[in-house]
Amino acid sequence: MNKAALRKQATSYRRFLWQAARDATEGSAWFYAWMILLTALALVGLHAWAVQMRDGLAVTGMNDHVSWGLYIANFTFMVGLAAGGVMMVIPAYLYHDHEMHDLTIVGELLAVAAIVMCICFVVVDMGRPERFWHMFPFVGRFNFPVSMLTWDVIVLNGYLALNLHICGYLLYKRFLGERPNPRWYVPFVYLSIFWAISIHTVTAFLYSGLGGRPLWNTALLAPRFLVTAFIAGPAFIIVVLFVLRRLGGVPVARRPLEILVNVVRVTLLINLLMVVSELFTELYGGGARTASGHYLFFGLNGANALVPWIWTAVGMGVVSAVMFLRPGVVAHPVWLTVACALAFTGIWIEKGMGLIVPAFIPSSLHEIVEYFPSLVEWQVSAGIWAWGLLILTVALKIALPILREPHPEREKASHTVEAAPRADAKST
Amino acid sequence: MSRRTALKALGATLGAAAFAQAIAPLTEWAADMSVDEYLQKHYKELSPVDLAMVIARLEQRTKEETGVEVHIGDYRPQPGVKFGYALNLSICVGCRRCAQACHVENNHDRPSGNSYIRVLEMQKGSMDLAKGRVNYSGPVPNPEKFYLPVQCQQCDKPPCVSVCPVEATWKETDGIVVVDYNWCIGCRYCEAACPYHARRFNWKKPEIPAAEINPDQGYLSNRIRPQGVMEKCTFCLHRTRQGKLPACLEACPTGARVFGNLLDPESEIRWVLKNKRVFVLKEDVGTQPSFFYFFDE
Ligand code: SF4
Ligand code: SF4
Repeated sequence: MNKAALRKQATSYRRFLWQAARDATEGSAWFYAWMILLTALALVGLHAWAVQMRDGLAVTGMNDHVSWGLYIANFTFMVGLAAGGVMMVIPAYLYHDHEMHDLTIVGELLAVAAIVMCICFVVVDMGRPERFWHMFPFVGRFNFPVSMLTWDVIVLNGYLALNLHICGYLLYKRFLGERPNPRWYVPFVYLSIFWAISIHTVTAFLYSGLGGRPLWNTALLAPRFLVTAFIAGPAFIIVVLFVLRRLGGVPVARRPLEILVNVVRVTLLINLLMVVSELFTELYGGGARTASGHYLFFGLNGANALVPWIWTAVGMGVVSAVMFLRPGVVAHPVWLTVACALAFTGIWIEKGMGLIVPAFIPSSLHEIVEYFPSLVEWQVSAGIWAWGLLILTVALKIALPILREPHPEREKASHTVEAAPRADAKST
Repeated sequence: MSRRTALKALGATLGAAAFAQAIAPLTEWAADMSVDEYLQKHYKELSPVDLAMVIARLEQRTKEETGVEVHIGDYRPQPGVKFGYALNLSICVGCRRCAQACHVENNHDRPSGNSYIRVLEMQKGSMDLAKGRVNYSGPVPNPEKFYLPVQCQQCDKPPCVSVCPVEATWKETDGIVVVDYNWCIGCRYCEAACPYHARRFNWKKPEIPAAEINPDQGYLSNRIRPQGVMEKCTFCLHRTRQGKLPACLEACPTGARVFGNLLDPESEIRWVLKNKRVFVLKEDVGTQPSFFYFFDE
């Protein structure tokens, strides 16, 4: 490429960013209200974290017995969400299903937001985050490949880069009014699908490799991680699609919704089966190795802080599984949204606090010290969630024109579900 | 200027102000950190000159903050030495003097009463840790019980070391597992990995009254720890690498503790290993401890 062409490229890229910034900050009163709310929450979280940095992690509910809590719980869950979004792309490419292609961009944007949140959750959990450079190869000492955590750092950052590339490329091409060249993104999409599975498996290995923590010491951990990712990811995307249809004027076809619903139907049931088999092992086996499981589901020696949580999660799982079974459920947005919210929250509890905290109770010397997240932890966590939603909102806002684009395949199809009035679109 | 632009500008200004407010505590936190400290290299990469400067800085800092003159030594493992520890459970009375001695020797945080040693009161006739408890009180020994002090087992296959993402903790040639407090990023992965609850995190800056600070300190052991990093028992390497005994052993009134060089066939610890039926805790997790327990017949 010669110099002039390069310069032209650079100018148009700058114009693209400018346009994106405009898209991201223009909107209806509702949009502004939503953004202001998220910004306020993010600032509250930022402040709480600053206090935690100054005064130490003593301001959290964690201690030497339960040394990981709400932050790592959220981190684990977010890894699943990041993976789940992208794994939804599998049907689109496997079956050359064009209607699913729109999902690619939604899934990838969700992945980007979720990975950013993952990184935030790890950073706020660190005692000395300013020393992050100790992890860089060459200047620091990166304990690769022995430490599973270094694997996680690699796969998470790689995943972020991959998804940024795919989203950025598709959006930029659309801005230029050119057709995206499949050579430049399809291989990456395939790679990111494979990668999504790897981030999840590696994160599971992070826990299951620790011999001193029997609760995590199960081969079921990695498969369970994948299954729950296939619940939380699609459930979230279904709701996002409804929101896009109502507020963004995006015509959402019935088929992608149906595929998502079918996936959740099956995975919810598989997950329940896994919960039951775990419960059985705890109940029937007994002994010191199952103490954590007992603590989680039934309480141990009068300590039972997590019992209501986990049964709420199980209840949500059962109710949402039943709700998802309703025939023709995609035609009932409210019903389906409630079902998704229940499934999502259930997994958040089960794979967050329900997975991390009981591994430390009883402690490795069998002391029972319970854990209750402090206000600071809730504030910081809410702040990170707000920050993630902020990123997702802005990203979707920028992607709206692509999503609104009439699709040749879609035009042909007669089963488009009530495309929201286009008039709506102007005000968003 | 349109109304919308004006509103946006106002929003941006308010946002920036709120942001500055929100991160204000960070500036207080950063106030007492120097560039040198921030850029300090890993212990193993420090040249002798670098290390001398680091130590001088640390001593100076302690002097400024507490007014106490401390000496921080860089004690290296001796060739031909591998430390081992054995504990006679038949004569341990559960008085917790070892835990107290550790608390004092290692400049632990006073308000939390931290110590690297936990003493479990165990049910006679059972090795089930679930039947033990740490918060016992009243006169000891209770005839129904026996007592099990637990500290870092200086494992030969230490899971805490392999999980550390930045090699801030490692096993030295004399078997002691150490932490570089100036390199640890405080992720607490090692704490989750240790099966013996041997690691402690500095949830806040340790508080020790100036009069109680132990001035004989080691760079890799009992120097006053910074906030937000991991620490653990080092078999008192600032003492034992100079031929002294660990503080917990000296404090034990019954002589239940035996410490020595596993490579020296004449050592008392070797005698114990040869003549007593010793066992290690949680052998099944494969950590291969250098800490042994035994009962008299
Ligand atoms: S006892 Fe724990 S801290 Fe000590 S070496 Fe073994 S695993 Fe590491
Ligand atoms: S807390 Fe420190 S020593 Fe422990 S694993 Fe993390 S960086 Fe390594």
